[in-house]
Amino acid sequence: MAILGMLFIYAKVFVVGGAMCAIAQLLIIKTKLTPARILVIFLLAGIALEGFGLYRPINEFAQAGISVPIIGFGASLARGSIEMARQIGFIGAFAGGLVRTAFGVGIAVVASYAVTLIFSPRSK
Amino acid sequence: MNATANPIEKRNARYGKYVDSVTPKSSTIKSLWHSFWIGGITCCIAQGIGDLYALLFPNFSEDMIVNITSMTIITLAILFTGLGFYDIIARKGGAGCFLPITGFANAISSASMEYKSEGLILGTSVKMFTVVGPVVVNGIVWSTVAGILNLLIMGRM
Repeated sequence: MAILGMLFIYAKVFVVGGAMCAIAQLLIIKTKLTPARILVIFLLAGIALEGFGLYRPINEFAQAGISVPIIGFGASLARGSIEMARQIGFIGAFAGGLVRTAFGVGIAVVASYAVTLIFSPRSK
Repeated sequence: MNATANPIEKRNARYGKYVDSVTPKSSTIKSLWHSFWIGGITCCIAQGIGDLYALLFPNFSEDMIVNITSMTIITLAILFTGLGFYDIIARKGGAGCFLPITGFANAISSASMEYKSEGLILGTSVKMFTVVGPVVVNGIVWSTVAGILNLLIMGRM
């Protein structure tokens, strides 16, 4: 039974995460938006979902399926900003988002720097 | 005038039809499918790593598990970028490769590697955020707005 429940969770993660990527791909094909614009659109969607309190119910349902696409990054930024604003007043809104996402952004920058030092870019 | 315009128009229409017939109809469906399963599997791998961490470190808070999970998949994505695997997958995966947080990591590391030849300060450090800059800037601006708005609305209530 436990295995079945776990399979169901992974199926939800797969379908929701895949659907998000398929929607983004459809936007690329149909609207000729550049990937950077699509990333920003999904990011803003994540911030809006968290701002209106809709993100957490979706996250409980889809788990990594919604938090791994860039929507989760936006929601994380908004959640950090809102939480810190409530804790220490309105200046907290400027720091909270960065504090909450600093783990990922920090390691992305440090690891990219390290990888750049170690590897050389391949010619395409 | 009409006599010359008509054949050209006709030819253009014929050519348009020809292009339509040659362009594979299934390419849209196929690329949607590839980004669907590659994106889905990326999310499943992240879920699996998160579940594994929750099992290994039962005394960590849920936020901490989320943090170390995203740090792990970001590191893996950057390592794959350095080794050159990520580009191979991304050619097929399309949005399935750039929408997840791994794509964010890949964009930072590939930009930083690409400009290595211009020097570590003026190349790598300056150009690192060329691709993800819009995401970071808009994320900070609009999450700050969300935080302030939330405080104003909830504070009044």
